[in-house]
Amino acid sequence: MSALLSLRGIETYYGPIIALRGVDLEVNEGEIVALIGANGAGKSTLMMTICGDPQARKGEVIFAGQNITRWPMHEIARAGIAQSPEGRRIFPRMSVMENLQMGAALASPVHFADDLERIFTIFPRLKERAEQRGGTLSGGEQQMLAIARALMSRPRLLLLDEPSLGLAPLVVKLIFETIRELNARDGLTVLLVEQNAFHALKLAHRAHVLVNGRVTLSGTGRELLASPQVRAAYLEGGHAAEVPHEF
Amino acid sequence: MPLSLAHALKQAAIAGLLALGLAFPILALRSDQDMNNRLIVETRWSWAIGAALAIFALRLIGLYLQHWRANRPQSVRSNEARKDYGTPLAWAGLIILFAFPFVILSLLGPQGALKWINNYGIQILIYVMLGWGLNIVVGLAGLLDLGYVAFYAVGAYSYALLSTTYGLSFWICLPLAGLLAAFWGILLGFPVLRLRGDYLAIVTLAFGEIIRVVLINWIEFSNGSAGISSIPRVTFFGLPFTAGEGGFAALFGLEFSPIHRVMFLYFLILCLALITNVVTLRMRNLPIGRAWEALREDEIACRSLGINTVNTKLTAFALGAMFGGFAGSFFAVRQNFVSPESFTFIESATILAIVVLGGMGSQIGVAIAAVLMIGGTEVLRELDVLKAIFGEGFDPAQYRMLVFGLGMVVMMIWKPRGLISTRTPTIFHMKRRAVSSDLVKEGHA
Repeated sequence: MSALLSLRGIETYYGPIIALRGVDLEVNEGEIVALIGANGAGKSTLMMTICGDPQARKGEVIFAGQNITRWPMHEIARAGIAQSPEGRRIFPRMSVMENLQMGAALASPVHFADDLERIFTIFPRLKERAEQRGGTLSGGEQQMLAIARALMSRPRLLLLDEPSLGLAPLVVKLIFETIRELNARDGLTVLLVEQNAFHALKLAHRAHVLVNGRVTLSGTGRELLASPQVRAAYLEGGHAAEVPHEF
Repeated sequence: MPLSLAHALKQAAIAGLLALGLAFPILALRSDQDMNNRLIVETRWSWAIGAALAIFALRLIGLYLQHWRANRPQSVRSNEARKDYGTPLAWAGLIILFAFPFVILSLLGPQGALKWINNYGIQILIYVMLGWGLNIVVGLAGLLDLGYVAFYAVGAYSYALLSTTYGLSFWICLPLAGLLAAFWGILLGFPVLRLRGDYLAIVTLAFGEIIRVVLINWIEFSNGSAGISSIPRVTFFGLPFTAGEGGFAALFGLEFSPIHRVMFLYFLILCLALITNVVTLRMRNLPIGRAWEALREDEIACRSLGINTVNTKLTAFALGAMFGGFAGSFFAVRQNFVSPESFTFIESATILAIVVLGGMGSQIGVAIAAVLMIGGTEVLRELDVLKAIFGEGFDPAQYRMLVFGLGMVVMMIWKPRGLISTRTPTIFHMKRRAVSSDLVKEGHA
């Protein structure tokens, strides 16, 4: 397997404040890689650094053999990286259909009908809500829309920033199953940022733990799930009570 | 929760006292000159007390109104139940617009019709066009532009200078004026690309003023505040609207009348405005128009979807400016005279108010708002009836800004998102199904 995305020694700052202190990370074609960590560890910053806003001050972002570190955000999207950003950022006053159409801005119009059909098979709820304005959807539906919108651009790499945030457990399960399915069936490569460590590690092939802007632990999802440090910090502390035995 | 009388009275009394405090320096004391040209202070206690009492009463009524509004049973409104009134309204408006000059002409005759077509028809349509032009920038792309009048000025001066200096005809100058205005739109667009909201508003405001100040001070170029006069009048595609041989009236075998030129101007601005509208409506269905609206909603999301926000913003600025330029050159050919006086901030504010009151992004709303605002202020000049009530010295035109301001405040309370706040999506998923179910009902399927 070849690395689709690799980060080498990424350092990102917000003004004088350092947020990422030299992150190395690889995502291979067809993999689901999870990034877990506490609030403020730099997970979302890492996502946004890949997307080009803010840009890394040091280090390189290599995507499909190209150094995209200094590319403007829209060029990075054109290279094939789509993201479902933190806070979903759907277009609230535009309808679900229009949101999806915006997602397809980069894809060739000939694919639109097929892609739409595919999205509506994955998320039947969005089909029901097709004419509704994005802002009137429920949180879970908005998350589905954000993922669907990202998928409409036919990305090579999908970045998901906290897709489970603020959602009911059943909806979280549905969304994670969808990601797994997209990966298994279509071979979609996914980089997933999650606070919901248990679900993320169950889903991911490989995972990294981000602490204070550094990757402190790496391994397969299963390994990290079993690791005593991860269990102590991210599973038994906050989420243990609500973790079911079988996902 | 019931509203207690004591509480309401207290609130109203506070408002009344505040008004009294404010009224004391403004209304109660008036400086004047006496016989010896010395400054004396005249007191008008009745004015101040009257104002305080009025505020007291208004506040009391307002409180009860608010209370009533909060407690009345709400009717449930669903999105599906709403009908699209836009389309039939637009067609009706179009028919009225084309019929308007003929109806007025047949009712009032050439002399009486002149004022109506000129002051109401043309004046309103200029603002409809400006409103639609600005709607691209503010309503669709969500870029708050307080200096739109600058492009209007660029268009007007383009025609004025090109026609007086080089003798170019209106029909050549019109596209040139549009291009020049678009160029200035891009020029303004570049430095403000990174700005949004309030900051953008301030910079565009400054831009509008800069253009005006340059026009005043660069005397060799623009003749300063004296302006440019004797700009060539509009021709019927080369045929002048003059009496005698070779004029429009002579060629068509009509009796010469100034109404011909005014009618032509009316239809010219009507066509220009409609072109603005059609282009905007078409753009909304194109990727660039969708990108404008998405940009208004969320810039970061736009960029993450691969939209080049730089180009998107610049095209919005350029296109909006271009229509402002067209309107400007029309303004110059109609007035035969331009001066920096015509391009003050109040013009920008009026156009922006039209867009906001109409409902940002709604074409029909902007048109209605222009009719109400420009037509309304013109109508207020006509209210001579009020002289019978308030005495001979009363000039209703002086109060039009007051009425205007009150109207705006009421509007913003009643419909804070503008007259037409619904937005029709540009793409539907269920359209086909809806049609087929109609057929089922009619028994065709």
